[in-house]
Amino acid sequence: MSARQSTPRAVAAHAILIAYTLIALFPVFVILINSFKSRAAIFSQPLSLPNSTTFSLLGYETVWAQGNFILYFQNSVIVTVASLFCVLLFGAMAAFALSEYRFRGNSLVVLYLALGIMIPIRLGTVAILQLIVASGLVNTLAALILVYTAQGLPLSVFILSEFMRQVSGDLKNAGRIDGLSEYRIFFRLVLPIVRPAMATVAVFTLIPIWNDLWFPLILAPAENTKTLTLGSQVFIGQFLTNWNAVLASLSLAILPALILYLIFSRQLIRGITSGAVK
Amino acid sequence: MASVDIRRVTKQFGSHPVIHGVDIAIADHEFVVLVGPSGCGKSTLLRMIAGLEQISGGEIVIGGRVVNDVQPKERDIAMVFQNYALYPHMTVHDNMAFSMKLRGAPQAEITERVNKAADILALTPLLQRYPRQLSGGQRQRVAMGRAIVRDPQVFLFDEPLSNLDAKLRVAMRTEIKALHQRLRTTSIYVTHDQVEAMSMADRIVLMRDGVVEQIGSPLELYDHPANVFAAGFIGSPAMNFLPGMLRRAGNELHVETARGIRLPLPSNAGGTDGQKVIYGVRPEHLSLGGEGIPATVAVVEPTGADTFVYSEVGGVPVCATFSERHAFEPGKQIVLKPQLETVHLFDEASGVAIRNA
Repeated sequence: MSARQSTPRAVAAHAILIAYTLIALFPVFVILINSFKSRAAIFSQPLSLPNSTTFSLLGYETVWAQGNFILYFQNSVIVTVASLFCVLLFGAMAAFALSEYRFRGNSLVVLYLALGIMIPIRLGTVAILQLIVASGLVNTLAALILVYTAQGLPLSVFILSEFMRQVSGDLKNAGRIDGLSEYRIFFRLVLPIVRPAMATVAVFTLIPIWNDLWFPLILAPAENTKTLTLGSQVFIGQFLTNWNAVLASLSLAILPALILYLIFSRQLIRGITSGAVK
Repeated sequence: MASVDIRRVTKQFGSHPVIHGVDIAIADHEFVVLVGPSGCGKSTLLRMIAGLEQISGGEIVIGGRVVNDVQPKERDIAMVFQNYALYPHMTVHDNMAFSMKLRGAPQAEITERVNKAADILALTPLLQRYPRQLSGGQRQRVAMGRAIVRDPQVFLFDEPLSNLDAKLRVAMRTEIKALHQRLRTTSIYVTHDQVEAMSMADRIVLMRDGVVEQIGSPLELYDHPANVFAAGFIGSPAMNFLPGMLRRAGNELHVETARGIRLPLPSNAGGTDGQKVIYGVRPEHLSLGGEGIPATVAVVEPTGADTFVYSEVGGVPVCATFSERHAFEPGKQIVLKPQLETVHLFDEASGVAIRNA
């Protein structure tokens, strides 16, 4: 901590941050506590912790018993991890090419990708659906992976190419003289250095994919390809909603995203502290 | 170890030419410094020798082999970069061992060579550290260690001392020179600092705007600059230039400035009567005398060892350095006496030196 930071300032800063954390975590907290309560208790005392009379695992039992919750879970993980892998790998490769090599049309490609950030991919849903139907990928996880990869690439290329531009050209040249091929320069020199940026991109890509309802609903609504978000909709009916089950499935859905986030944020922090080389 | 021949080499970026037919022959074991103002093409030339830039025309020969189309890693060179370019995620040992590991050298040989290089550069206690845990000077030594471990035919240095502070720069300068005297590897060193060039080089290649202005030993460049540019670039403070007209009539021989001030010349000076010339004299070759060039003191800068006196001769600024301590006062009239045998004459139109007869 720098010397000019006075104690009252530090206290104020922490108070603001703690208040914000509480506000942000409150809905999650409410979901978690209510998922362990009986239906009546959810409505009568929504903010109280479960006690011996209101405690109930009904929601989790319903989720477990009904439908293929494990399968949905597995689908979500496959789609998210595969999309994330593609976005990071191809995004980083494209970013490397765009930042490292001078070629005709370079800036045009950058502009084209920037457009991808500005225009929401959902505007192209109809065309995407036609494309997926034509290629026979309806009701497959591959359809979702492809669409999410396309959705994540622009931002990832944009962020990563900015970071890669800052990687010293001399470092890459030193690698070339030492005998590294362009691929190994990319994988062994540049990727480790931009790891904090990769973690940032991973977090930004991860959350929307995990939470998405739109594309699973349109492209892969079949029972065996449902994702967790779509699967949870079973419990939300037009006239009756099984709140126990909804809250329980949402609580479960937080877990994997939280684990992935923790992995990446650890990388992020390690990257920031170890990357401090001039 | 090998000689390096640069033959009529040109370089264009798009349609923009940056190097116009450079010829340099570098002998085995030689330490050659490419020096010039920024943008003169010296770094580009070095990168072409390294194979990091395409060669637009001409050829580069390392050890008798034309390397125009040879990959950097196959040229058997090692390069030290301005910002060190150490692999940040590897220890000092791994940084130095990396190129040999890539070539698949046996582990015993790698260890031996790394230890030897570390020993030469006093890096042994730092081998397990990461670059971020080192000071600037230590990082630069690791970068050199990485080059030494390769045992290349040629060392290339790209302004390796520019990021160091002034004191360390002087120390590392001596260290690099001592290293070269020990290893005798052909070295090409790029810098914009003429002091570095003068103090380290066996031969200096002075470049400007993609053209070689002069090649020679440091003292050759200092004593016999080929043109006004070379004269002005080498030496600090820079040589004084006074434009004027050469007067040669009977026993009369001097340069007359526009305001009629007479600048004395040695009796064997070249040039023809009435020729427009530039009269050049280094600050350190001026002394106070009864007979000479009348000047008005403007600014006095004592540095301890020397005193820099900036004065005016007929509207032209002239600097003189004195190691003796005189009492100078701004506005005071003094007479500067040039050492005649060190006076340089240049043709005004072409800037080329006029040799003594």
